[in-house]
Amino acid sequence: MKTDQVIHPHPVKSKPHDEQLTVVEHESKAVQSVQRYLRRTDLSGNGTLTQEERLAYGLGWLGIGLGLMELLVPQRMAKIIGAPQGHEGLIRVMGLREIASSVGILGERKPASAMWSRVAGDALDLALLGAAFASSRSNRNRLAASIVSVFGATMMDIMVAQQLSRGIETRNGTIPVTAALIIDRPPDELYRHWRTLGNLPQFMKHVEQIEVKDDRRSHWVAQGPAGSTVEWDAEITDDRPNEYISWQSVESATVEHAGSVRFEPAAGGRGTLVTVTLRYRPLLGTVGAAIGSWFAEDPTQTVKMDLRRFKQVMETGDVITTVGQPAGRAQSMSRKYDNAVRR
Amino acid sequence: MKANCWYGKQDMRVVDVPDPKLLNKQDAIIKVTSTAICGSELHLYNGFVPTMEQGDIMGHEFMGEIVEVGPEVKHRRLGDRVVVAFPISCGQCFFCKKELYSLCENSNPNAWMAEKFFGHATAGIYGYSHLTGGFAGGQAEYVRVPFADVGTVKIENGLSDEQVLFLSDIFPTGYMAAEQCDIQPGDTVAVWGCGPVGQFAIRSAFMLGAERVIAIDRFPERLQMAADGGADTIDYQQADVYDMLMQMTGGRGPDSCMDAVGLEAHTPGPLYYYDRLKQAMMLESDRPIALRQAIMACRNGGTVSVPGVYGGLIDKMPMGAVMNRALTIKTGQTHAQRYFKPLLDRITNGDIDPSFVVTHRMKLHDAPGGFDLFNRKEDGCIKIVLTPS
Repeated sequence: MKTDQVIHPHPVKSKPHDEQLTVVEHESKAVQSVQRYLRRTDLSGNGTLTQEERLAYGLGWLGIGLGLMELLVPQRMAKIIGAPQGHEGLIRVMGLREIASSVGILGERKPASAMWSRVAGDALDLALLGAAFASSRSNRNRLAASIVSVFGATMMDIMVAQQLSRGIETRNGTIPVTAALIIDRPPDELYRHWRTLGNLPQFMKHVEQIEVKDDRRSHWVAQGPAGSTVEWDAEITDDRPNEYISWQSVESATVEHAGSVRFEPAAGGRGTLVTVTLRYRPLLGTVGAAIGSWFAEDPTQTVKMDLRRFKQVMETGDVITTVGQPAGRAQSMSRKYDNAVRR
Repeated sequence: MKANCWYGKQDMRVVDVPDPKLLNKQDAIIKVTSTAICGSELHLYNGFVPTMEQGDIMGHEFMGEIVEVGPEVKHRRLGDRVVVAFPISCGQCFFCKKELYSLCENSNPNAWMAEKFFGHATAGIYGYSHLTGGFAGGQAEYVRVPFADVGTVKIENGLSDEQVLFLSDIFPTGYMAAEQCDIQPGDTVAVWGCGPVGQFAIRSAFMLGAERVIAIDRFPERLQMAADGGADTIDYQQADVYDMLMQMTGGRGPDSCMDAVGLEAHTPGPLYYYDRLKQAMMLESDRPIALRQAIMACRNGGTVSVPGVYGGLIDKMPMGAVMNRALTIKTGQTHAQRYFKPLLDRITNGDIDPSFVVTHRMKLHDAPGGFDLFNRKEDGCIKIVLTPS
């Protein structure tokens, strides 16, 4: 099971979600309710498609319809788009191309490359429509309308292709991110520091305070919009000493948050491989927006830097900083670097 | 306090800034007694290094007296006279334990940014852009030194500032470049660039047993200093470097070659304008003219050692020559801490007096003028040492 976790970049996705959640040895009622809740809200993200994927598949079916029309009734298509007669062969070829790229999209789990090929096809379509403009036999009004709609479709294709290739999965609004780092300390030492949840704000950028209520429950306070804070209760769902900890926000919490950390000996006795997976489900409204904005630029970045800071704490005893050092500028000008990913 | 700050391309100013404070537990504050301008800072001065911010304090070669220590500093005390290594290193991580200090995993708070540029992050460096952490540098009256136990060497005998100051960077940098050449008895070593690092590379190559060192530059005073150190010289404006090297080595080429020039190289003729144009058009960030020459000239199976600074992407890299002729390329920011003791020993026992390289002495408030002079290489300027007050 360990190897399974290491090989897959998104371990949460790679295994049936029951396994992830039910390895708890002493399953409390509350934990069970959290699990039910997670299944219901699909926080574990299995089975369903992301918004981008759904959009891409829709565009794929649309493309098949369009392609079939081009292939089967090219003359009528020419009339609709305002192209001159006598180019049925070319329209058939473009129809075939459309169908081919659409099949590509529908046939892939994450059709980023197929979407990009569709964008290339759009460009070709636009070029041909532009060329048709030069012909006196064209219906230029219809042609102009066609160009506008193909241009619109191109923009949409580009958007979806970009989202897909960025690899940020907004699975039903949940943002799962994983980061791994080797820390030159033994697993038990790392586990102990992390399991003392009150230590987490020391290196987790957005978490301000964690109050431990009992062995499993804790209260989290994190940065909210405009200097405010958001708070929620979380519960440890799995706790295997020196190996693995996972936690979830409880059912009544305003913020749905889930996380896990795995500690395993690194190859060659070179410290410990630490793998962190965090998921937040931004809710509607300002609170959700604020949490979404933590991940706005690059969601893995924040987790990676949190993990780096954990490494700094464990290896050197401190989080290295330059905040507060002198510079020949007004304090406010150190903005982007001092504020970007640091505490 | 006064500090020399970067405000843009060829715009340095000495301004009043707040005194530094202890920010981490292993920090020390040092009252600077001597600091120097490094050739690599000219790349910042000329705007070739991204992520500089207006007001960043410059300087990564400095020494002084410890005036404040953090609670976790164990081996340094108030009043200690120390030289500071330019890379900031924790001493605890995988790389520090291997003495690869400039690759420290824990000292760069902007590691995320460096990862985007270089694939992996490297250590923090004083006053050397936010890619390397954005740490305030030492061209100031006071400076904060993180991981003070690891990053400083104590100077306890009567050596002068100018004799030991260059342990901070250029002496170990030249020495490491020569060490990377794995010099065997009888070897001929060629050094491109006779700036301060080139000068130390030449002398280090002899210390490590080179039979002959050939130094390449165009400034007479730099070639003279190289000749004083025992090198044969080539003025690349007077002769074709490749042809000369082949004549001098019987067609075989130097056993190892060092590029102590880096990303702002010059050459007479059209190739310079080719690279300068590509650089201006952002088609490449660095001009690898010296590197190409070093690769082409190096003997089969030889080593090309690169202490010269590169920042990004280069064009027309003769990889075919590297591969087919079994060349080894070794490079890296210097693991300066690794060389503290051996090189301090060499200075103490008289193998070398690093102050030979100093040509200009100025006050800290003259730093902007010093940068200008050093950049234009006028008045025989090779190395400038600055003293506060």
